Amino acid sequence: MMTIDTNAFLIIFTASLIAISCGLLGVFMMLRKMSMTGDAISHAVLPGIVIGFFISGTQRGIEVIIGAGLLGILATLIIDWLRKKAKVQLDASIGITFTLLFAIGIILINMLAYKVDLDQECVLYGEIAYLPIDLWITKSGFSLGPRITWLAVLNLLLVITFIWLLFKELKLTSFDESFGIVLGIPAGAINLALMSMVSYTTVSSFEAVGAILVVALLVVPPATAFLWTKQIKSLIKLTIGIGIGISVIGYYLAFWLDSSIAGMMVSVAGFVFLTSAVLTSKKSKFKFGTQSKEEAFSS
Amino acid sequence: MEDFLYFFSFQDSSILFIVMGITLLGIGSAYVGTFSFLDNKALLGDAISHAVLPGICLGFILAGEKNPFYIVGGAIFSGALATFLSSWLKENTKLSEDSIIAVILSVFFGFGIVLLTMIQKTGNPEMAGLNQFIFGNAIGILEEDLWVYGSLSLLIILTLSLLLKEFSLLVFNAEYGKAIGFPMKGIRVVFNILMILSVVIGIQAIGVVLMAALLITPGAAARFWTDRLGTLLILAALFAIISGIVGTYISFIIPQMPTGPWVVVSLSTLALISFLFAPKKGVLFRFISRQSYLKKTHKEHVLKSLYKAMEKQKSGLQIQELLSMYPVHKTETLKSIKTLNKINQLTVKEGFIELNESGKKEAKRIVRLHRLWELYLNEYMNIAPDHVHDSAEKLEHLITPELEELLDNRLNYPKLDPHQENIPRDHDDH
Repeated sequence: MMTIDTNAFLIIFTASLIAISCGLLGVFMMLRKMSMTGDAISHAVLPGIVIGFFISGTQRGIEVIIGAGLLGILATLIIDWLRKKAKVQLDASIGITFTLLFAIGIILINMLAYKVDLDQECVLYGEIAYLPIDLWITKSGFSLGPRITWLAVLNLLLVITFIWLLFKELKLTSFDESFGIVLGIPAGAINLALMSMVSYTTVSSFEAVGAILVVALLVVPPATAFLWTKQIKSLIKLTIGIGIGISVIGYYLAFWLDSSIAGMMVSVAGFVFLTSAVLTSKKSKFKFGTQSKEEAFSS
Repeated sequence: MEDFLYFFSFQDSSILFIVMGITLLGIGSAYVGTFSFLDNKALLGDAISHAVLPGICLGFILAGEKNPFYIVGGAIFSGALATFLSSWLKENTKLSEDSIIAVILSVFFGFGIVLLTMIQKTGNPEMAGLNQFIFGNAIGILEEDLWVYGSLSLLIILTLSLLLKEFSLLVFNAEYGKAIGFPMKGIRVVFNILMILSVVIGIQAIGVVLMAALLITPGAAARFWTDRLGTLLILAALFAIISGIVGTYISFIIPQMPTGPWVVVSLSTLALISFLFAPKKGVLFRFISRQSYLKKTHKEHVLKSLYKAMEKQKSGLQIQELLSMYPVHKTETLKSIKTLNKINQLTVKEGFIELNESGKKEAKRIVRLHRLWELYLNEYMNIAPDHVHDSAEKLEHLITPELEELLDNRLNYPKLDPHQENIPRDHDDH
């Protein structure tokens, strides 16, 4: 029987929080045509995570977050350097940067395998299913609930604060960077701040959903929302809705098929995306109000 | 060292086989990758390499074992689906190409992970082999599989070599190709199939996550050394082979170490060396040539100022006067004076600078070029005399003697520029 027990609720709740954090940042990444940079960052933070793990000896250390944050910013800077100074085209710069940093991360994991409790699978899939047993226990022995859920709450609060504080700046620089610069908005600094938030969100979520699937949550819900609306406020609302929806459906499907929860969330998101793409496509009959090119020509 | 000799003397025939396989695979991927790099579609390769994962898993589920035919078939199927979807989405939605690639990549990979965990839960002992597809393990490739992948690589290399002209048209000028009657759509389909095939083969050694590097990096690095397509392809292949062998060697001496990351690290090292040190396009070379150009222009500006002073009937300039003309470039000005002094174009006596004969000649040449160009812009381009100075300020450093002769001829050896200033010549009496 599929009933809502505490564990299921906790997993769905945490997954939704993560999906919302990623989606909110993803909206701005998508508007800036930087989705692949987001993908690159989420791969590139891996060596930072491993080094942070190694230094602090625990996955809870602040070193892990600092390491990942630094690597995320480093990746953005390398991509920029390759593009502007070495004059490599943008897509190739992204490809070269993230594969190199991710490769270094995997090598570090293998070399430090005995010292670091981190394996390749964890990096890929995450372990959200084990969330209810990974509790945050205070020194007096009082259990405050799952650690990862708390991390996700903190992450979401930070993301919301970030967007609330910089909403105008983010919006302007996303739609028209040069206009933003004319108005005196430091576009470069805003960009770096956004990249830092993406790195932080990646590292905060990777234990739960895996470093690579973070990308899907960053990209797919905003892209799906974009198919339906171009208005930034509706984009954000729809992205949040999709994030919650895929968490609920993904969890139950994974439970039913006995499979990876994070993977299933992404698959559901992919299904929703494809359905939306078909329904809203230029040739679709479902799209009302506008006439497709062919009809316009024949009439 | 012993390991090194054992590996590279190829006493072990299986090592020889694997190295040969890696070589073929490297050439194939580098070829295909270089074309897609030139086509500005580098990241499509990344999307396809992630997208073959569910196909591989499906092939495994259908065959119940790691059968190369099922796996290649499944991978081709899901790779083709991903390629088709990305071009469909591009045509039918308003999403940017970047978002489309990111969506395809992550959704296919996510679905692949779902299938992989489902296979894992069934406890099939062959499963261990499937994990190798994620990070690659060249040493683990079975000899009989190697035959399949080796001949597929050969097929890719042959097709690309035979259809070199068609594919160059595709990436450099598809419109033109269409106009002269080449079936460009068909060529694109063949190219996409080759790309998927090379991904399927490549992931054996390097894994789905990092496969993009084998497609993108060799071409991007080789592009720094040459402008010729043939050389570019050969260099890219060479880079891929070297790093393929390095990666294989390291996963041979360190057990449990996947091949892919090391291939990527050595490829990236080669790429970094290319970016920095390649002649002409390298960062270092461009930096040096920019610096020497700046030095040259500054030297020429100093000469010009001295000449203009002479036109105002002064014999030279005080160092302080000259420095105050370029208030933000004081050190550069001093340096220019020093070099000009060394090559005997000017003399400095108690803080007063005068041009020598050779310096005068050089200064005349620069002022002449400046004023000739101003006159040309004014007469032939109908640009007002008060708008021609800035362009001449740049061109005076670039005009060659041949071009000067041509300008002079076209303007009929003029005496005055648009500002009614004298255009100085060597036979003038100054």
